[in-house]
Amino acid sequence: MSLLALQRDMRDWLVREDLIAAGRMGASAGPGLVVYQNNYRAQLVECLESSFARTRAWIGDEAFFHSAVHHIESVPPSSWTLDAYGRDFPATLARLHTQDPEIGEIASIELGLEELFVAADSTVIALEKLDNIDWDRAVLTFALSTRFLELRTNAFAIWSALVDEKEPPVSRNLDAPQVVLLWRQGEKCRMRPIDDAECQALRDLRSGMSFGALCRDVTLFCGEQKGVALVGQWLGLWLSDHLIVAIKDDWSAQPRTSSYL
Amino acid sequence: MIPSFSGFGLGLRKPHYDDFLDHCVSVDFLEVISENFMVDGGRPRAILRDIRARYPVALHGVSMSVGSADGLDQAYLARLRALVNDIEPLFVSDHLSWSRIDGFSSHDLLPLPYTQEALDVVCANVDRAHTALGRSMLIENPSTYIDFAAAEMTEWQFIDALCARTGCGLLLDVNNVFVSASNHGFDPIAYLDALPLDRVRQIHLAGHSRGEHLLIDTHDQAVPPSVWHLYAHVIHKLGPVATMIERDDAIPPLADLLAELSIARGIAAGNIEEAA
Repeated sequence: MSLLALQRDMRDWLVREDLIAAGRMGASAGPGLVVYQNNYRAQLVECLESSFARTRAWIGDEAFFHSAVHHIESVPPSSWTLDAYGRDFPATLARLHTQDPEIGEIASIELGLEELFVAADSTVIALEKLDNIDWDRAVLTFALSTRFLELRTNAFAIWSALVDEKEPPVSRNLDAPQVVLLWRQGEKCRMRPIDDAECQALRDLRSGMSFGALCRDVTLFCGEQKGVALVGQWLGLWLSDHLIVAIKDDWSAQPRTSSYL
Repeated sequence: MIPSFSGFGLGLRKPHYDDFLDHCVSVDFLEVISENFMVDGGRPRAILRDIRARYPVALHGVSMSVGSADGLDQAYLARLRALVNDIEPLFVSDHLSWSRIDGFSSHDLLPLPYTQEALDVVCANVDRAHTALGRSMLIENPSTYIDFAAAEMTEWQFIDALCARTGCGLLLDVNNVFVSASNHGFDPIAYLDALPLDRVRQIHLAGHSRGEHLLIDTHDQAVPPSVWHLYAHVIHKLGPVATMIERDDAIPPLADLLAELSIARGIAAGNIEEAA
């Protein structure tokens, strides 16, 4: 048997307990094959338990274990890093628990935080660099770790209660989707729900819109006084949260209409 | 030849991060699991840089899969190279095993049949890894639970040929020698004496557990007398070598591991004949 054929047999034994493939490795291999399969499954279950502790607390050990076993049987690991194995688990949970959509969403929050933990570092912008900025032409760069998570249930409230070891609320669908902003401030993973206006502003700025164009759009929509106050409030928050990592004076920045309106 | 380093170290594990960052711990080097730090950024990389500023660091991998018949993962090698450039480690090592085939990754150190074909595959992969990393690696002897009937040579003959053909060094895991010897019925002393000992640059000492039919390489217990015995046999045959305690589960307080390391120091210095 070639090495490639042997390795495929071993994979088939591990993934789907293929007894014919196991038999080709010889009768004496039996006890050893059992050890390798136990190691394989135990390690993947442990990985999911470690990555999705709040989800496990929400659905209970038994339901979590069954979900993990289903995932392991249907999604073999493919990445060199075990940390990546949980990436598809929220989708598996969503498929398995269609009547309880908050389960997959709680898992998505946990996955998002785990990815945030090792996301690329960003530099912090020095406040003295803000002095001479032409804000009309300024183009903002946001932390590389910045991402959005859209939730259709009150999963964020449930997750927050689980973290705080408080009684979680009863799960329910939201009237409108809630967007949660995730980013890392230094080594600290941060997360907060944002409203539609801030979400759209962030999406526009991250796609290259100048700060001046955003101000014009928001004041058109909200009125001069309220619009300026709102954008100023966002800017202060984004700076203090270390979401903004660079501000470029872009001579080519032209006023343009955003999807904000 | 890979330069030697003489000293006594530990595997760095999460429960002991603060011990090493807040205090001057009496170890000569630390070993970390490479994959835990092959990330874009965040706290793991920051911790490793802090640790590296205080101690020499060896990178020990579990996912290179030098035995894969379909070659190495280029993205993996690129990430490992970036970590090597960042950390400038004492050694870069991985196992004589395979874990990946056709895009499937087992995340376990699976055994190889010791055939000429497997030797050719492993040598080609190790050569590619050396080129990608810009340096030579140490390859660790595995603990195994299957003895393939198709084997054309012993494990020590395989390792000897691998070292000769690729120029790689050897990370000698003494516990793995004991576990495999027990599981496959060979003499561990004969195994040690047959290895290319001039290639050994690092030693792992660990514990194991007894399964239903086989010894299991669990790294969840103190180094047992049987492993100390083998260490005492081999350490005096080696030149300068880095010795460390490798503990991966049921992690005890750091003081317990340092006490084990003292035993290793004593055996190496000839002050302790053998640990009880």
